[in-house]
Amino acid sequence: MKTLIKQLVETFGPSGQEGAVSLLLANTLQGHVDEVRTDVMGNLIMLKKGSGHGRRVMLAAHMDEIGLVVSHIDQQGFARFQAIGGVMSTSLVGGRVRFANGAVGVIGWQYWLQRRELPKIEEMYMDLGATSAADVPVQVGDVACFDRPFEDLGKRLVAKAMDDRIACAVLAETLIELGDTPNDVYAVFTTQEELGTRGAMTAAFGIEPDVAVALDITGTGDTPKASPMAVVLGGGPAIKIKDLGMLAHPGVKDWMIRTAEQHGIPYQREVLDIGSTDARAIQTTRAGIPAGCLSVPGRYIHSPSEVVDYDDVLNSVRLLKAMLSAPIAL
Amino acid sequence: MILQELSDLRGVSGCERDVRAYISDQVRELADERRTDALGNLICLRRARRPVDGTPLKVMVAAHMDEIGFLVTGINRDGTVRFGKVGGIDDRILLSKQVLIGDQKIPGVIGYRPIHLISAKDRQAAPDVSRAAIDIGSSSKTSTEARVSLGDQITFRTSFQTMEPGGLRCVSGKALDDRAGCAVLIDVLREDYAVDLYAVFTAQEEVGMRGARVAADAIRPDLAFVLEGTVCDDLPKEEDLSHVTEVGKGPAITFMDRSVVADRRLVDLLVRTAQANGIPYQFKKGVFGGTDAGAIQLSREGVPAVALAVPCRNIHAPVSILSLNDLDNATRLMVATLHGLKGSL
Repeated sequence: MKTLIKQLVETFGPSGQEGAVSLLLANTLQGHVDEVRTDVMGNLIMLKKGSGHGRRVMLAAHMDEIGLVVSHIDQQGFARFQAIGGVMSTSLVGGRVRFANGAVGVIGWQYWLQRRELPKIEEMYMDLGATSAADVPVQVGDVACFDRPFEDLGKRLVAKAMDDRIACAVLAETLIELGDTPNDVYAVFTTQEELGTRGAMTAAFGIEPDVAVALDITGTGDTPKASPMAVVLGGGPAIKIKDLGMLAHPGVKDWMIRTAEQHGIPYQREVLDIGSTDARAIQTTRAGIPAGCLSVPGRYIHSPSEVVDYDDVLNSVRLLKAMLSAPIAL
Repeated sequence: MILQELSDLRGVSGCERDVRAYISDQVRELADERRTDALGNLICLRRARRPVDGTPLKVMVAAHMDEIGFLVTGINRDGTVRFGKVGGIDDRILLSKQVLIGDQKIPGVIGYRPIHLISAKDRQAAPDVSRAAIDIGSSSKTSTEARVSLGDQITFRTSFQTMEPGGLRCVSGKALDDRAGCAVLIDVLREDYAVDLYAVFTAQEEVGMRGARVAADAIRPDLAFVLEGTVCDDLPKEEDLSHVTEVGKGPAITFMDRSVVADRRLVDLLVRTAQANGIPYQFKKGVFGGTDAGAIQLSREGVPAVALAVPCRNIHAPVSILSLNDLDNATRLMVATLHGLKGSL
């Protein structure tokens, strides 16, 4: 599974430009699902048909990652940029980004070594190796993502875009390993989550599921002076109780907890103080859909080096597979 | 001029009645169907008038009728009028501005302490307008209540002006965001296309794209264009930074703003059409503001959407400036693009 994870996290895919990730997933899952389609928003929607006696289950993992968009190119050939999604200015300076055409930019801060306060994104620029505006290899409107390789640290894995490719990997692996199921399983690889769970809205509208689970990454409270949070890396998949955007449907939450306990899969209860997931959008679609979220714990989320625990990843696949293999009682 | 009449009409979000009545009259001969929905959107259908194989595409083109402004929230004992902002308005531009209140257009001035009474230090800070009130020259609460009611709309008192007949043909007025889009959309309706054109003059865009959301749900368009007035920051700068858009450089195509990542096919279509027809265009350089495109794109199972905008200096202020050249080129580009649409994208 590490090969798939490495491929997924190293693929280019800022919000709105998820095409390469979608293609990789479509190729990976060819033959493992019964139907594949892409909707207007670019969501990759796959159906694995059930035996006909179960529910319509929607699983959503977002393909997009945070990134940067070029807003201005000055006469010296530096590119000014703005954030796509929740980019932290503290993780940028001195870092590198890569564009779809392969162009690489170094992030500079105009007050580097001059000031001690936190940098602001509007004070930064990209140095793309150009000597004037004429030879800048990108245009205004072009989009970049962090440029970092995947690293296997043994038990722990580190990469850019673990948020949310690790969940894409969990969902893909689940589809590959999943045997017969009573449920119609709609696996949706969504777009533009980082811009406000946009893709999940139109996907959920089109599918009209009976129940939905978003698959995402969540924070932990186990690093030095971390803000209090009960989730730890390696403690098992996190079952969402609430975050800033939603309260998980109690039936969906209990379905996950019950399944984990029946199968002896470690799990943690998650209450997240910041952020939300595709479940928020799905829950309020049409007349309302019971929705919850299964999270892979991660450190340094929205930095170029997001860290997850490989056992948590494997246990997420085990739990998801078990959840889908039996009839669902809410 | 239609733009002049549209700019001078008053229509804060939720109070679009007069603007809607004017537009409805203007498009009487142009639309096959006209209706007003529950949120106050004016939905006009001009059916395909040129041959097409199969069912014509349903194309929604939207421009919002509402403008930023205020609502009356209270009347003070001294007869002055308290107000709440509708839409994004910078407090620093409010003091001492002239306004009109309610259907009776009661003139008023937003009260301001004169410079003599403000310390040098306080002059550096943004004013606190939370307790500001509008002076209508009334001496008592009773007298004000006879003319002003809670919930009345308040608009800036600004008259449309032609600034320079030649050159960029700049004009100034209030509410150019988005009466500019409304003016373009009325002209777009004059041509014959091979698509079913749903021209939608939307309500309540400035308070969160509320009208467009329900209009798109009802129409179920195959694709959508949004005509807007947009941010322009092209006055001289000390640093080599983005102007977002520049007056006189043509209509601005949005690749991304805070509400939408524009559908790439539609961005490319606009660019190709502009190039093929020699129409000047620019990109909106920066992720600022939001438009009805955001609401339409996420309607139902999703709708390909993009925004095309006329640059407006001093947007969301009592008086904005645009170039009629940009306005005309926005119309030309929108018309040419619709002429190019036949089957699918």
